[in-house]
Amino acid sequence: MKRRSVLAGIGAVLTAGCNKIADSAAGRAVFNASERLHHGAHALLTSRTALAPEFEPSDLSPFFRGNGSTDPQNGDYQAHAANNFADWRLEIRGLVDNPLSLSLNDIRTMPQRTQITRHDCVEGWSAIGQWTGPQLGRILEAAGIRDAAKFVVFRCADNLNGDDYYESVDMIDAYHPQTIVAHSLNGEPLPIRNGAPLRMRIERQLGYKHAKYLTAIEAVASLDDIAGGRGGYWEDRSGYQWYAGL
Amino acid sequence: MNKPVKRHRLTTRIWHWVNLICVVVLFMSGLTISNAHPYLYWGDWGFAPADAWFAVPRFPYWMTLPNGYYSLAEGRDWHLTLAWPFALVLLFMWVAMLVNRHFRRDIATSRREWRPANIRRDIAEHLKLNFEHGEGKYNFLQKVSYGLVFGVFLPMMVATGIAISPGMEPTFFWLVDLLGGRQSARSLHFIFAFAIAGFFIVHVLLVLLSGPIHQIRDMFTGGRMEGEPA
Repeated sequence: MKRRSVLAGIGAVLTAGCNKIADSAAGRAVFNASERLHHGAHALLTSRTALAPEFEPSDLSPFFRGNGSTDPQNGDYQAHAANNFADWRLEIRGLVDNPLSLSLNDIRTMPQRTQITRHDCVEGWSAIGQWTGPQLGRILEAAGIRDAAKFVVFRCADNLNGDDYYESVDMIDAYHPQTIVAHSLNGEPLPIRNGAPLRMRIERQLGYKHAKYLTAIEAVASLDDIAGGRGGYWEDRSGYQWYAGL
Repeated sequence: MNKPVKRHRLTTRIWHWVNLICVVVLFMSGLTISNAHPYLYWGDWGFAPADAWFAVPRFPYWMTLPNGYYSLAEGRDWHLTLAWPFALVLLFMWVAMLVNRHFRRDIATSRREWRPANIRRDIAEHLKLNFEHGEGKYNFLQKVSYGLVFGVFLPMMVATGIAISPGMEPTFFWLVDLLGGRQSARSLHFIFAFAIAGFFIVHVLLVLLSGPIHQIRDMFTGGRMEGEPA
């Protein structure tokens, strides 16, 4: 009995110690260093343009689950939905020479990429869907993105728990061939659950990077002054790592 | 004059304790990650309880890391950070035990040891709590379980961990295919984690039954080989 209580005591001290480490600046620095190490290792092992696996139509999952916001009630989103998103605009702005304001028709008439890919949520589940839309790289070129741009920020219409959703990627993922502004899922316009009328596909990272209900794409030099400064809604809110490749 | 032979080499002792810390943190933070979506699937996809082959029980917060509350982000921080020393020290141990012949001499089994009569005898000796039997340093069941842990359980944790990382998949797609798809790899990650937890429990139990103070002290100091003069 005594030995067991000593062991339980040691266990409690160690686990309480772990929580303290995680809350400390040094602990946080180690976690962030580990994130950079993973990101660096992935970059070292994988070429910039290496593709995430693409699947066959027979591999599609029978349903594509929605997570996070699945039916935004804030702002004029519901009015846009009632209007079948006819007046939706996607702005391209920030460090670009020619800011753009694109209609859904503009986006559908650009050169398109269709890909059947697997979507992996940070929680652990996966679904397979077919996505269609123009490559982000082409849109950024059309807008005349400047060399000073180091990140691309995705602005979203949905407000979750009081904050507007947003996400960001570096220029490698922005120009990755499978990074598309998707307007279709499985050959149909995007359902509201999955981000109608436009969402990002960032195929080499987890689901929270794939911003839905897309309203604007902003080229920036730094993420520090945007919202909480950590590059995304979940990064700011809950401390998820910005690099979501694992 | 020869230096007295240590029962456990320095490389073994370093690996043992670093690995213990890593496995405990990885397992406890893994339980947090399991709680985020406690369903396991086979194949490439799976997202709803109806598709799951197993609904994992929700693990109480006293078992998880972070301890006492739920934070998937913090659990992932622990998990993905300790994955580095876990994998690197495993690689280090494999190189060390191939170079110093620990694997060949002490862990690899001979054909003779697999004879049913020998296996029966080994089990019988275990039931009598006699662990000092069999040829070489370890008895047959010990060799088999160490071999399984080193050769299958621990490397499979690394392989399945790589296979469930979307950023690794453009390079390691063949590994994901080999394991039967990402959700199969995730299921295997869970199964091997619990295989290691099972080994851990039996291992600790046998240490407690075979002179725990002496056993643990030797794993720090190296101890002396049986039969060596003092």
